[in-house]
Amino acid sequence: MPWIPKTADMPLLEVNNLRTSFHTNDGEVYAVNDLSFSVEKGETLGVVGESGSGKSQLVLSIINLLASNGQLQGSIRFQGQELVGMKPKEINRIRGNRIGMIFQDPMTCLNGYLTVARQMTEVLMHHQGLDYASAKKCSIEMLDAVHIPDAKNRIDRYPHEFSGGMRQRVMIAMALLCQPDLLIADEPSTALDVTVQAQIIQLMNELQQEFGMSIIMITHDLGVIAGISDNVMVMYGGRICEQAPVFELFDNPRHPYTLGLLQSVPRLDTAGSAKLHSIPGNPPNLLRLPPGCAFVDRCQKGIPVCDQKQPRLREISPEHRVACHLEELP
Amino acid sequence: MTKLLRVDDLKVHFRIPGEGLLRPRHKTLRAVDGISFDLDAGETLGIVGESGCGKSTLARGILGLVPVTSGSIWLAGEELAHLSARALRKRRQHMQIVFQDPLASLDPRMTVSEIIAEPLQVFEPSLDKKERKHKVQGIMERVGLLPNQINRYPHEFSGGQCQRIGIARALVLKPKLLICDEPVSALDVSIQAQIINLLMDIQEDMQLSMLFIAHDLSVVKQISHRVMVMYLGKMVEATTRDELYRDPRHPYTRALIDAIPIPDPTIERNKKFEPLQGDLPSPLDPPSGCSFRTRCPMAADSCAAEAPTQREISEGHWVSCHFA
Repeated sequence: MPWIPKTADMPLLEVNNLRTSFHTNDGEVYAVNDLSFSVEKGETLGVVGESGSGKSQLVLSIINLLASNGQLQGSIRFQGQELVGMKPKEINRIRGNRIGMIFQDPMTCLNGYLTVARQMTEVLMHHQGLDYASAKKCSIEMLDAVHIPDAKNRIDRYPHEFSGGMRQRVMIAMALLCQPDLLIADEPSTALDVTVQAQIIQLMNELQQEFGMSIIMITHDLGVIAGISDNVMVMYGGRICEQAPVFELFDNPRHPYTLGLLQSVPRLDTAGSAKLHSIPGNPPNLLRLPPGCAFVDRCQKGIPVCDQKQPRLREISPEHRVACHLEELP
Repeated sequence: MTKLLRVDDLKVHFRIPGEGLLRPRHKTLRAVDGISFDLDAGETLGIVGESGCGKSTLARGILGLVPVTSGSIWLAGEELAHLSARALRKRRQHMQIVFQDPLASLDPRMTVSEIIAEPLQVFEPSLDKKERKHKVQGIMERVGLLPNQINRYPHEFSGGQCQRIGIARALVLKPKLLICDEPVSALDVSIQAQIINLLMDIQEDMQLSMLFIAHDLSVVKQISHRVMVMYLGKMVEATTRDELYRDPRHPYTRALIDAIPIPDPTIERNKKFEPLQGDLPSPLDPPSGCSFRTRCPMAADSCAAEAPTQREISEGHWVSCHFA
């Protein structure tokens, strides 16, 4: 069932029935399974899930950077253009230009052999045809925008001369150079200390207000989600199990997995020392997904039908979608 | 209660060779610089701080895994810091460690039973095969591993289960002190809660003393009785858990607490705070006076001139700040 967009205008990104599969020696693995959602202009979509939930593969699918044994089905429309099946030459014009990316580990994403100046100017020279001098000027302005002190001199340094938080700022600056319409951030603050994480989140909020881009924010930290997202999508076993506007999701979580996640986070604003609620068991093996709901083994509210049938993702109130058999009960 | 562990003015310094051929002058990195605390039997002390603040080096110093520069460590009334390597090895059965990366801390070529039995072979060689297997099975059950997993290899397990194996290995000798160095930061949220609950259960059962190292103040709040906050190798604040979270006195502690995002959009969006600016200064070249002054919102001239001393502002609440 295609996901009907919220407004009459065309959404910035529209994903319909997306399936990402990988050929492996052990069989076909579906990392992303029948996903449909959309991102409006200026919206921040938070994607939460555990490792193996398919959230990173979703991102790689959108920008077509799957491993060579990966295969895409379905449709990804970005500004009306179909990205699935697009020729590499064409998608190269979008990737890094209209869609910016920030990855988790800034050290492995920056090239350690090249100065920051070389890596940043390359983006502008390639996508916007600027010459080196003006590209460098733009890059310095962007480094200023992400609050790198002394950007003019720092730009000629190598990545290892920056601290972890500074490197992540460089990554963000690089992703924003071409003023993309969509910024995809895959766990941008997970590898950082809390104090630096707070700086980076504040920076992203500020930059969004300044440049007005849409953000897809992938994280497993529900606190970060609470602070930055407009809409939240919870993924499990490659599927959406719940999606809702951020206040609705936190106030009225309907899927047992969402509820479990919210309860298992140790919180500063509640009294400690009591036992944490925990979800028993382990995340599912994507190679051996059960025929019914992927969460069934860990769910405490399971009913017989959960073992047999995949729950349908249905809208229970405007903009709130849940895939759980309990919602189908009278 | 008796003090199980007492650490007194512990210093771990590293010599760093100077840069360049013509400048062989070495520098000193003060990773741990004068830390003192004690730990009761059955108590958990949480140690928090940003990466590079010396919390892991402190743990390794206590275990004798890095050479201690000065200071003393007392375990159950016995001074450890100046024991010979051989004598120290014997004491290690009473103090065990669980590491951060669950997979990297297990030998991929050993089965689960070999991994867990190894400490027994070293410290209790008199056990016969049957007794050893019995002990391994007992501890596996205790940490929530299934008996049929005994002959599997680490790569067959998920992160959370690997961490259970690491915990089983640390506990099989029934140590008095367990040091956990960021045991849950590599795990998913739902698994993290399982492991924290497990550690809390086991501690109560075995009357373990725990040093729980983490950078996440909300995890530390869950598990600790007392908390110590470190910055650049020094203690900045230490007190009971409830007091620390209710009334943090050091500006760094406050900044750490404020920086933690709260999973509630209403609270999170109305939170008014200014995140701490800048990064941790290089420990090779720490600021004069108070080491936090370069990032401190309250810093004054006196902070640069003089390092604050540790003061007990109320019973058991230690702070080192000129303004506390």
